[in-house]
Amino acid sequence: MTAAPTATAPGKDPDEGADEKGRAAPGPGPHQDPFDHDTLPAPPGATAALLRSLLAPLRARVALTTVLLLLQQAAVQVGPLLVAYAIDRAVPAFRQDDHGPLIAVGAAYLLCAAASGGLQYAFIVASARVNQDVLLDLRGRIFRHAQALSVDFHERYTSGRLISRSTTDVESLRELLSEGLQELVTVILSFVYISAMLLWLDAGLGAVAVVSFVPLYLLVRRYRRRAGEIFAVRSTTIAAVIVKFAETMNGIRPVRAFRREAANEAEFEVLNKRHERTNGDALLEMAQYVVGSRLVANTAVAGIVLWGAHRVASGSLALGVLAAAVLYLRRLYDPIDRLGMFLNSYQSAAASLEKIAGLLAQTPSVPEPSVPRQLPALASEHPGREVVFDGVRFAYRTGGEVLPSFSLTLPAGQTVAVVGSTGAGKSTLAKLLARFYDPSDGRVLLDGVDLRELPVPELRRGVVMVTQEAFLFSGTVAENIAIGRPEASREEIERAAKAIGAHDFISALPDGYDTDVRKRGGRISAGQRQLVAFARALLADPAVLILDEATSSLDIPGERAVQRAMSTVLRGRTAVVIAHRLSTVAIADRVLVMEHGRIVEDGAPGELVAGTGRFADLHKAWRDSLV
Amino acid sequence: MTTPDAAALDHPDRSTVRSLLRLWPYVRPVRARWFGAAFVAVVASCLSLVFPLILKWMVDGPVAEHDPAGVWLGALYLLLLGFAEAGLFGLRRWLVARPLAGVEADMRADLYRHLQRLPVAFHDRWASGQLLSRATTDLMLVRMFLAFPLTFLLVNAVTILAGIAIMLAQQWTLGLVLLAPALPVMVVCWFFERRYSEVARRAQDQVGDLTTVVEESVLGIRIIKGFGRHRSQARAFRELSRTLRGTELVKARLLASIWGVIVTLPEFAIGAALVLGTVQVADGRLSAGTLVAFLSTALALRWPVDSIGFLIAMSQEAGTATERYFEVMDATPESDGATAPAPVAGPVKARESTAGAARDGDATAARDTGGPAGQGSPAADGEGGLRFHAVGFRYPDAPADAPPVLDRIDLHVRPGESMALVGATGTGKTTLTALVPRLHEVTSGRITLDGRDITEMPREELRELVAVAFEEPTLFSATVGENVLMGADGTAGREELDRALAVAQAGFAHALPRGTDTQVGEQGLSLSGGQRQRLALARAVVGRPRFLVLDDPLSALDVHTEAAVEAALRRVLAETTALIVAHRPSTVLLADRVALISGGRIAAVGTHHELLRTHAEYAHLMSGAEEDGR
Repeated sequence: MTAAPTATAPGKDPDEGADEKGRAAPGPGPHQDPFDHDTLPAPPGATAALLRSLLAPLRARVALTTVLLLLQQAAVQVGPLLVAYAIDRAVPAFRQDDHGPLIAVGAAYLLCAAASGGLQYAFIVASARVNQDVLLDLRGRIFRHAQALSVDFHERYTSGRLISRSTTDVESLRELLSEGLQELVTVILSFVYISAMLLWLDAGLGAVAVVSFVPLYLLVRRYRRRAGEIFAVRSTTIAAVIVKFAETMNGIRPVRAFRREAANEAEFEVLNKRHERTNGDALLEMAQYVVGSRLVANTAVAGIVLWGAHRVASGSLALGVLAAAVLYLRRLYDPIDRLGMFLNSYQSAAASLEKIAGLLAQTPSVPEPSVPRQLPALASEHPGREVVFDGVRFAYRTGGEVLPSFSLTLPAGQTVAVVGSTGAGKSTLAKLLARFYDPSDGRVLLDGVDLRELPVPELRRGVVMVTQEAFLFSGTVAENIAIGRPEASREEIERAAKAIGAHDFISALPDGYDTDVRKRGGRISAGQRQLVAFARALLADPAVLILDEATSSLDIPGERAVQRAMSTVLRGRTAVVIAHRLSTVAIADRVLVMEHGRIVEDGAPGELVAGTGRFADLHKAWRDSLV
Repeated sequence: MTTPDAAALDHPDRSTVRSLLRLWPYVRPVRARWFGAAFVAVVASCLSLVFPLILKWMVDGPVAEHDPAGVWLGALYLLLLGFAEAGLFGLRRWLVARPLAGVEADMRADLYRHLQRLPVAFHDRWASGQLLSRATTDLMLVRMFLAFPLTFLLVNAVTILAGIAIMLAQQWTLGLVLLAPALPVMVVCWFFERRYSEVARRAQDQVGDLTTVVEESVLGIRIIKGFGRHRSQARAFRELSRTLRGTELVKARLLASIWGVIVTLPEFAIGAALVLGTVQVADGRLSAGTLVAFLSTALALRWPVDSIGFLIAMSQEAGTATERYFEVMDATPESDGATAPAPVAGPVKARESTAGAARDGDATAARDTGGPAGQGSPAADGEGGLRFHAVGFRYPDAPADAPPVLDRIDLHVRPGESMALVGATGTGKTTLTALVPRLHEVTSGRITLDGRDITEMPREELRELVAVAFEEPTLFSATVGENVLMGADGTAGREELDRALAVAQAGFAHALPRGTDTQVGEQGLSLSGGQRQRLALARAVVGRPRFLVLDDPLSALDVHTEAAVEAALRRVLAETTALIVAHRPSTVLLADRVALISGGRIAAVGTHHELLRTHAEYAHLMSGAEEDGR
């Protein structure tokens, strides 16, 4: 069903214009990162290849669908031919009392009508199956691919874009598949059939009709080019409207508090008007196309009727043939308006498909191992494992080294606090250990096994990370905690919540543990969300636990509860704690102070406090703040 | 994003027609053009019915009589007719193109204006995606409805009636044969249409569920990866998308049935008319030209008949879209200015209750112990500053039996004083701060600024007096400078900006690629949480507001930055009246006094050290010391 060539230029990216504005002035601004303007590089031909790979497994059914449509159109187009036969043959025969031809016409017409109806049904059902299978496949691919891509990708490709890839972009492809393509194939088929019929009925009349395709083709081409330009502008203008709208609604509190309403309205008015204008331009362009194509079509009809009637009058053409030709002509030119509509949906689907292809062309930078290994059995009765950073270097793909060569050993069961200012590399360390990133050089070892060799389930039995942003999935509180270990019983879930001090507030919710976090009354504060995140980690019971700023929204009692849990429930685990606040450091066996990607101090907390280094300064500042 | 929301379910049974009628106020300004276009469309459509008549005239006249000149005349008529038709088609589109784009834009602008004025509580309930889909897809559907289905339902009805009249006039027997399938087609369509709209709605809901899984799997990607749960997410996704596929196939089968019937039955009738007509031509009761004209009229009516099904479907969709649009437009906005004056009894009662609440370690008691008197306050000491009088609050969507978030808050922040607000997680500290700029409205009691009830002053004025820094620092798509200067009136310039950035220790802004002219927000450079927090703080202080509300303003800062911000902020706080939500002693120490909020009330007010000594719950919150019983 790849009816139209995919190599043609798709609509311009909607976000592009906005970004161009942002970069208008020269300067040491951010370099030309493809992520900045939502156009991930897809290798040439990726869009066509994607479409081919989606349709390839359905080849047989695509063929079946095509045959059904061919037959259906054939059945539909027989009608006028039967009219011609009735007028030229059945009428004279009937006058001779030969009822045979008339009965044949009646039977054939009935058959064709029934066939076209039945085939229409079969075709719609068959093509829906093909379309739905393509969409199912594509949705699944996008979803799985997005999940497989590493965290650093997600950090740069905003969530909004990823969501619109799998919703609006898939939707525009669905529109093309379910309405557009069928329309196009029908239009093309009826053009072919009708031209063939006309040529067969009378070569001269047919030739005139075929000649009229030339100006029609030129009109379609002109419309395609001009509308394409307008659509590109229009999608940029609507994108600008959407961004402004979403930003206002998401930031409604500051909008209100800082009285931005009037200023916002003025800005929105400008964007909205700009979109209105291009919207009007697009409609007017369509109006021009319709007038043009109608003029050509109606002129052709008048010409053919003139010539045909002339020949009937002079006796060189049968009346029935002229009647059939006229009936065919009416059908021939009817769908040209619809062709314009198809072009619209094709333009937007091509642009969407290109974006999807760009996303799917991204390779996960943290791949699953090809030869998975298991972790060795625990060496002692302690559940913790040893962590080794062996000559690890990390730099972002875009450049910018975060960790220059770095080696570190954390013995099993040790609780290590990592402190340092923003950008010192603390979070990178944590993400390497959680294998959100892979090191550029060197290895991260867990009980001697490279993290890159561990399959995901094994890795997550080994290492779990709790981050600052505590996202809750829709569902109940209990389900959210159970993400840590899906097979956990309700009792185990409650025990985890109690251990972290979350039980009290959860019990106070309208339905306790069964409160839906997205429904009425399920308002859960930032601090409470972090407690749920901790309960999750507790339930997962990993050998190594990483806390990355995981206590920032907790108050002091909450923080204490976490510390208590770590020294009781999580005792014996290897733990890496990253915090701005030094209160968390209290329970650490060892403190690492990082600066510019290097460890500048390393020792027991008491030792460092007693010294004169950076940690001693930090600790003093913190102590002063407590008084 | 298409999940049906609670509000949509409140009135499910509003008829499509009634919804669509509500569009009239927007169509009114362009009514002349719209009706003009509809008229043009009717004329154009009827012209196409004249075509077979000319054909008949040619076949029975000049062609039968071998009159070439007559043939030329007929063709000329056809050509003129064709030109007229093309011209009218274009005219119709030209008439409505700009006006309807205008209607869409006007409706969108109205929606935007209205949404900006709806209470924050409304926005809490509605996901922005839901609002966005109303501003985009739904309005596009409405525009398309006005452009096509509405016009063509009228045009098709007229065309069909005219066509039937012409056919009946030509040969009433054949006309009746063609009319025969009309009733069964209508019944079958009606039946399938109902089932179809049911299934279509189900499919829409399932798309919504699928979207939710997609959204959450993206937003929660770190958790899914952190716990290695992408397989179970993928499974949930696969199941939902399979279900959706199943529903879509049911939908397709229904659609196929409708089409099958619409295609077959009229075709049967035309076949019957053909046979009957042929017999009549053979018998000489009918001219060949009439039969040709008759069949080509029948053919010309095919599209008007076929399309009625999808025109109605489009109208239904537009009806739903309109309903969704007005769901939002019907929500009551905040009044623009001051609401009606508070009941006379209010102030007196509140003042009494303030005194009565002294047992809770209340503000009134603390006031007597001294502290800086309000400088330059227009009101007496007792009335100056920021004052909560027996304020109660519950969220409008809270279940009826749930206890209120804030039960009875009595608190007095004196002019020039800064008050820290401390309480356990989830006790309503953030909620309390939202009441001051009236982002939420108090359920009972009142709040006064320098003695004036905040409900009696225009919101504009109130929000000019009070500046806020939120827990979640939001930056807009604008330059750093513009984002900060939002907090000041239009006259503030470079100097103010630099001062505010200095207070918030946001000097990093000068080191950005284009300094304070660097674009930030969705469309620009992304900043770290700490950087955003500092800019939000700068925005709050740039206008030197009389009242400052800060919600945990330093939570994302590291120890060193925090200390520097505190030092600078102290100077600012000396000049304003401030309420600061705090989780840490370091933040509390910025304030002159602390209020402890517990169980929806102010449990204690005093200095940090006093409370640390005398109040067990406070000591527990601030140092983690165990409380001795609660």
